[in-house]
Amino acid sequence: MTDNGSIAAATWEQVELARHPDRPYALDYIHAIFGNFFELHGDRLFGDDHAIIGGPAALDHRTVMVIAQQKGRTTAERAMRNFGMANPEGYRKALRLIRQAERFQFPIVAFVDTSGAFPGAGAEERGIAWAIAENLVALAQARIPIVTLVLGEGGSGGALGIGVGDRLLMMEHSIYSVAMPEACASILWRDIARKVEAAQALKLTAADLKRMGLADEIVPEPPGGAQHDYGMAADAAGAALRRQLATLEAVAVDRLLENRYQRYRRIGAT
Amino acid sequence: MFRPKTRYVALPSPRAGVGEEIDRLKCPKCDTSLEPARLTTALGVCYRCGYHFRLRAPERIAMLVEPGSFHEEDQQITATDALGFKDSQPYSKRIEQSRASTGVNEAVTWGEATLAGHPLVIVCLDFAFMGGSMGAATGEKITNGIERALHNRVPLLIISASGGARMQEGMLSLMQMAKTAAALGRLGAAGVPYISLLTDPTMGGVTASFASLADVILAEPGAMIGFAGARVIQQATYETLPEGFQTAEFLWQHGMIDLVVPRPELPAVLRQLLDLYIKNGVAKDFELQPRANASAPTPAVRG
Repeated sequence: MTDNGSIAAATWEQVELARHPDRPYALDYIHAIFGNFFELHGDRLFGDDHAIIGGPAALDHRTVMVIAQQKGRTTAERAMRNFGMANPEGYRKALRLIRQAERFQFPIVAFVDTSGAFPGAGAEERGIAWAIAENLVALAQARIPIVTLVLGEGGSGGALGIGVGDRLLMMEHSIYSVAMPEACASILWRDIARKVEAAQALKLTAADLKRMGLADEIVPEPPGGAQHDYGMAADAAGAALRRQLATLEAVAVDRLLENRYQRYRRIGAT
Repeated sequence: MFRPKTRYVALPSPRAGVGEEIDRLKCPKCDTSLEPARLTTALGVCYRCGYHFRLRAPERIAMLVEPGSFHEEDQQITATDALGFKDSQPYSKRIEQSRASTGVNEAVTWGEATLAGHPLVIVCLDFAFMGGSMGAATGEKITNGIERALHNRVPLLIISASGGARMQEGMLSLMQMAKTAAALGRLGAAGVPYISLLTDPTMGGVTASFASLADVILAEPGAMIGFAGARVIQQATYETLPEGFQTAEFLWQHGMIDLVVPRPELPAVLRQLLDLYIKNGVAKDFELQPRANASAPTPAVRG
């Protein structure tokens, strides 16, 4: 085993890859994998949040409901997408799409890519925690197959708010954590500079989650990371999604829901 | 961050010695020097300004349920260091210290009890144990409590006091949000009422899972309740936060909770709710209705 410092450095490299500005974002995957994507807008309550997008799209013979966190590429788009950090409206739009997917029996494909829900006064006033919690229940109970794929960053409750399902897939260089390393370092070490140690301690890489039995499958990326070849990354993601959906679609829905319940029930069971 | 030592108050309870023994303590809000005996009689509410001191789980439960009716479950369940986590000190050592200093094995205590003549399941978080944070064992105990309420068809009362998910257990902590929420989904589908009481503080992944998923949400006056902390919000947005931001009263104004209840009035409010919801909510012969029947996959044809 190598020493702690080099493990921490290797983990931090994964964090930086997961956040690489040239990395493909949700819309890059959506357009490469699905046909006919029709984006639905608005939560029908307050507004439209561009940090969470979604709508029906074609995948082979079926229609799926896509729900995704979207980061921006240009400065203007980053601002428009709020750096992929959703407000309550984003989660409530997702809830609307979950309900609709259930009504039309569209499987859900969720793409997670956020450092977390937006920490803002307005988000608190409009009940960001309430919106996320409601989605956890809706996803646990939705009577359709749900596959989640973490594209880059899976940050905290903000990721989980669209991330509960039957299968958790992770891109090879993606991360998923209870808190971003900077936040963890600031809380536990009271020093944001300890983020590298925090990243290692949190066990947040795709390989870590697979080892802990939390992630089902790691989707391979092109050498050096998905930013080097969008097509190759999307092909691998598409193949994994098709395979997982086919397996889940063969399961009777009551069994599917019981399996989903047990999937979370066993985590931390004594 | 928090100053637990000055904010807890020891109330008479069957488990003496659990609370902090403080000869004379100052109210953090009005700075008055308070007499412990008088403060205890006032249920840990400052008799000058109404500030609600934090309570330990055993005292809180003893204050609410009928004497002798509480039967604790899962007392032996305690946190484990699954990740081998180490910050300034190993997590395993932190667990040991927390157990020693609090006298409990986890940040939550639960069991069956009777309140105003109604059997119920009561789950109470304890901020003194690692900031009431939710790790795998915490989530397990909470979920066991929810499942017991479902099994017995008795109402559920969860009292929250937590900084959120427990960092030291990483993703295992985060997934407890999904676990507790899924269990509450089943409880709700079965028509078993759930009352959530939010106390100071209730934040992060706890607010964003079981604490906010109740049929009725109550909160204690002045309790800090939210998702992101004020400091994080200010660092991220440079916003000037409004007066009383994230207090129970603020959340009530924004429609997030049903009622702010001063501590002395809690028993009466809970009695009223249990009387109302149990008569209509949990019939003796109530059958579990899976949502399947309600939302069978009939393709909707519209317009």
